[in-house]
Amino acid sequence: MKKTLISAATLMVAMTGTAMAGTLETVKERGAVQCGVTSGVPGFSVPDDKGNWKGLDVDLCRAVAAAVLGDASKVKFVPLNAKERFTALVSGEVDVLSRVTTWTQTRDTQLGINFAGVNYYDGQGFLVKNELGLKSVKELDGATVCVQSGTTTELNMADYFRAEGISYTPVVFDTNDQAAQAFDSGRCDSFTTDLSQAAGLRTRMQDPSAVGALPEVISKEPLGPVVRQGDDTWFNIVKWSHNAMLNAEELGITSANVDKMKAESTNPNVKRLVGLDGPKGKGMDLADDWAYQIVKQVGNYGEAYERNVGKGSPLGLDRGLNALWNQGGLQYAPPMR
Amino acid sequence: MKYELQPAMPPPSNLIGVVGWLRKNLFNGPFNSVATIVVGFFLISFMVPVIQWIFIDSDWVGDSRDACNSGGACWVFIISRLDQFLYGFYPEAELWRLQLAFILLIGSIVWLVMPQTPKKGLVAVWLLVIYPVVAFFLLYGNSFGLIQVETHLWGGLSLTLVLAVVGIVASLPLGIVLALGRQSEMPIVRSVCVIFIEIWRGVPLITVLFMASVMLPLFFPEGMSFDKLLRALIGITLFQSAYMAEVIRGGLQAIPKGQYEAADALGLGYWQKMILIIMPQALKLMIPGIVNTFIALFKDTSLVLIIGLFDLLAIGQAANQDPKWIGYSTESYLFVALMFWVFCFSMSRYSQQLERKLHTGHGNRA
Repeated sequence: MKKTLISAATLMVAMTGTAMAGTLETVKERGAVQCGVTSGVPGFSVPDDKGNWKGLDVDLCRAVAAAVLGDASKVKFVPLNAKERFTALVSGEVDVLSRVTTWTQTRDTQLGINFAGVNYYDGQGFLVKNELGLKSVKELDGATVCVQSGTTTELNMADYFRAEGISYTPVVFDTNDQAAQAFDSGRCDSFTTDLSQAAGLRTRMQDPSAVGALPEVISKEPLGPVVRQGDDTWFNIVKWSHNAMLNAEELGITSANVDKMKAESTNPNVKRLVGLDGPKGKGMDLADDWAYQIVKQVGNYGEAYERNVGKGSPLGLDRGLNALWNQGGLQYAPPMR
Repeated sequence: MKYELQPAMPPPSNLIGVVGWLRKNLFNGPFNSVATIVVGFFLISFMVPVIQWIFIDSDWVGDSRDACNSGGACWVFIISRLDQFLYGFYPEAELWRLQLAFILLIGSIVWLVMPQTPKKGLVAVWLLVIYPVVAFFLLYGNSFGLIQVETHLWGGLSLTLVLAVVGIVASLPLGIVLALGRQSEMPIVRSVCVIFIEIWRGVPLITVLFMASVMLPLFFPEGMSFDKLLRALIGITLFQSAYMAEVIRGGLQAIPKGQYEAADALGLGYWQKMILIIMPQALKLMIPGIVNTFIALFKDTSLVLIIGLFDLLAIGQAANQDPKWIGYSTESYLFVALMFWVFCFSMSRYSQQLERKLHTGHGNRA
């Protein structure tokens, strides 16, 4: 047995490359992007019944693989829990962390990591039973609130209620699932979590139509991909992979029409995106058609959104803040030129 | 004159048959009668809906949640993900390797468990020494023409078994060595063993796993990373060996001092004494304790879900998060519980059989 362990150890040490040799080179040499994901958050990263990873965060990793390796399937997904995610990124176990991670000052400045954009603008909200007839969070005075313990959710709620001078009783649970079920069975008057999660949890309740969200969103939760600090080329690649998906949506390029657009469009913006003109892959050491590969294989941001969390998915979330800037949302990508 | 016994009268009808059994076991006195009625009432009012939910109202065939409309359990969910529950994300084309390794394991274990099979010694050597190497190359590949299947694709029941089997097989010899070391008269050996055992027994397994997955990579040189599964395996093995050592020490201390002295008087050396005289008697006494530790270890393996390894329980939880199947977590938890129960119960039954077989009237248990 010891022999096995030793041979296993040598093999496994030998197979992992060096992270500091430049992430791009390591990824090209390995032939796969290592991507840190959750071990299951509906709509963001979850394995389906065939073992394929699906979700908005997953699609971002696939986009990076399409840009770097020309093949969106060359991603190695590493499920990480909330506590080990940054260690795994910093120690080189993953190249990109795309794991519903909130962009905060502490994380961005003190952990040796960089946030490469925001692929989902989330916020914390409150679910209540419609029969209570509540119109605002401010009416929750004296209420019991189900919440997951040890999360920013709990702290945000404490901050908000203290500032508003509202008294409340938190009922804490280990997982969001348990908190939602307790709310559903009447243990609490309200249930608070990120709105993207609330949508999924609501569909499991006994009568989803009897549960509604209060209008207030009490926190900002910009979720985005994270990379190691100190490797700017890789940082740029991840950042622009996301930007390319946004720009493609803005220009109306989808995975279905990208070939046609490439062949026929005279719009200079489209020509630059598909790599016929403009900066192409220069400066990032990528192929000229890197953005074309992303759109062709993964789709634009809107497609990824609708397929994973939007109307085309069981979660059925509105675009809301995640609509493009010219449609009333916050998703705004710098131009590709 | 004939002396012939009258044929015995049949016992009164209320002492035999169903009625007699009921009277004797369930309605024996007013207190027991009331207890039977109360417990029976709760049992029936609880069991009937449960059985109805599991078997009668349940859905078994289909391929999407639309097939689950009869109001009972939705086993379609489990069946459609059965491969994932058993094999994790192991590539479909390579599944035969996993299945072969599993069949070899079960085959060897059955060989060892069946009372009448010959050459048990050889099979045991194969199982403990050669099989782990074979299984490693089968599962991991990357040599002998097998393609590499990285450990992040391992999961489900097969990962649980890998963790449990490696933990069990590696922790027993380590535990024996530690237990002997703790009883040694050499001060350095003894204190090293005592410190090792007390440190590992003093921390919870969850802490060990967190150390292995979160802290350890930070100590490695830049860019080098150890496989996560391997880190967890080492953590589990070291942790379990400390517990195993204490179980074995208990067994060693239960052996009468006369046995040690008799062995010394025969002029046997330390290892001869231990291997020929003490261990065979001690291990027999320790079977319940050892199996208890194994069962605890088997269940503890599910803690790896907190470091992002997809063991049987974690696969079940991931399945619950699939937007297409949201709302069927009861079914997946029940299935996972059943699998754990089957394995733990068989271990427990086997240990009881082993105890009976090895019982030779010695020891302090009648």
